[in-house]
Amino acid sequence: MLAKRIIPCLDIKNGRTVKGINFEGLRDAGDPVELAVSYAQQGADELVFLDINATNENRKTLTELVTRIAKQINIPFTVGGGINSIEDVSILLNAGADKVSINSAAIKEPTLLKKLTKQFGSQCIVLAIDTKFENDAWFVYLNGGRIKTNLRTPDWAKQAAELGVGEILLTSMNNDGTKKGFANTITQQISELVNIPVIASGGAGKIEHFRDAFNIGKADAVLAAGVFHFKEIEIQELKKYLKENKIEVRI
Amino acid sequence: MIVIIDYGIGNLASVLNMFKKVGVKDVIISGDKEEITRADKLLLPGVGAFDTAMNNLEQSGLIPVLNDKVLVQKVPILGICLGMQLLTKRSEEGTKAGLGWINAETVKFNLDPALKLKVPHMGWNYIKVQRENKLIDTQSKNRFYFVHSYYVNCFDESQSLATSNFGTDFTCMVNKENIFGAQFHPEKSLKFGMKMLENFAKI
Repeated sequence: MLAKRIIPCLDIKNGRTVKGINFEGLRDAGDPVELAVSYAQQGADELVFLDINATNENRKTLTELVTRIAKQINIPFTVGGGINSIEDVSILLNAGADKVSINSAAIKEPTLLKKLTKQFGSQCIVLAIDTKFENDAWFVYLNGGRIKTNLRTPDWAKQAAELGVGEILLTSMNNDGTKKGFANTITQQISELVNIPVIASGGAGKIEHFRDAFNIGKADAVLAAGVFHFKEIEIQELKKYLKENKIEVRI
Repeated sequence: MIVIIDYGIGNLASVLNMFKKVGVKDVIISGDKEEITRADKLLLPGVGAFDTAMNNLEQSGLIPVLNDKVLVQKVPILGICLGMQLLTKRSEEGTKAGLGWINAETVKFNLDPALKLKVPHMGWNYIKVQRENKLIDTQSKNRFYFVHSYYVNCFDESQSLATSNFGTDFTCMVNKENIFGAQFHPEKSLKFGMKMLENFAKI
């Protein structure tokens, strides 16, 4: 049986791991490669690296980092942040990334998703959605949560799935950094709406939150950053707990 | 020398990195006919779409060389993921003929919606090895990393080396003489996958 996945996320700024609260207030959280190796050893199923300070100038730094990571880890990893062209994707995949996550660029130009999945295959194109609940609806945000769009999250998820993306990484801005649990309602809604895997993200604080994201949110994978970086939750312990709660995980 | 075949598709560095990590040093990435002619083992990686991959292989002009290496000289070859699917006769994903070295076709997961399974089959799954072979222990209790929407359906059951289950049992490794294929990614499957690459290097 296919295991539910636990995915530590490393936010990258200028080659270092950082962790923010509600998309702001950054703290340094160590060397990405060291952390990546350590997570793989502890039982992480995949890793995600998000360049939160992506610009053309530091794209080279990110590519070099990806090359270093690929030499060291033997589990799959996704890279995201500021990716907006076929060329960007090609460079990162060639550097050793297994998947790339696309966010703002896809909102501005949805056909980009179709071009990317056709060229590289659905399996390596992840759509990242930053979403916020406001006035009774979930809206899509872009530019790292700085700009609101009028897109409703379920509509966007459905459209992206039709354009061929292989997976959706759904981050709730209301929950991110709060440690109060994942946004299970919207996660469940998206998960049941699209027939591709959905990764729940934002809000992990306790091991029970992960259980709920799988059981209530119907997530296929769960992503978290701070609780792993600051060793508040150990991956092995988390998986043991999930297994005891009848959730299929890889131990 | 192991040659990881470069035909302009996929993530080639990862496989190379993992061979190096298990101490296999004589490995190169190449799409050069001369170098492939000198290879004593071949690795056919691949991600993306079936037709794109076959087009690239055809345009590279490598198919006659590969046919000679694999079918006449019987050099061991391992196809990974899409690389395994290319070993079959055809795929529902495209219209082009595959390499046809394995008596099989590649088909799309067509699962009962009631199972609520998401395609791509993405993540870590168990495999069941059908018979003794040089790559993997028949008692393997480990999970391997998969990411695919199509799978190989063998016409000749004896060529199905291992199966996995995702709503249905499907072939996740093929083998016929010197030809091997793995649907999962050994290079992304921790030490268990690395062991497989190490074993392949020793054949």
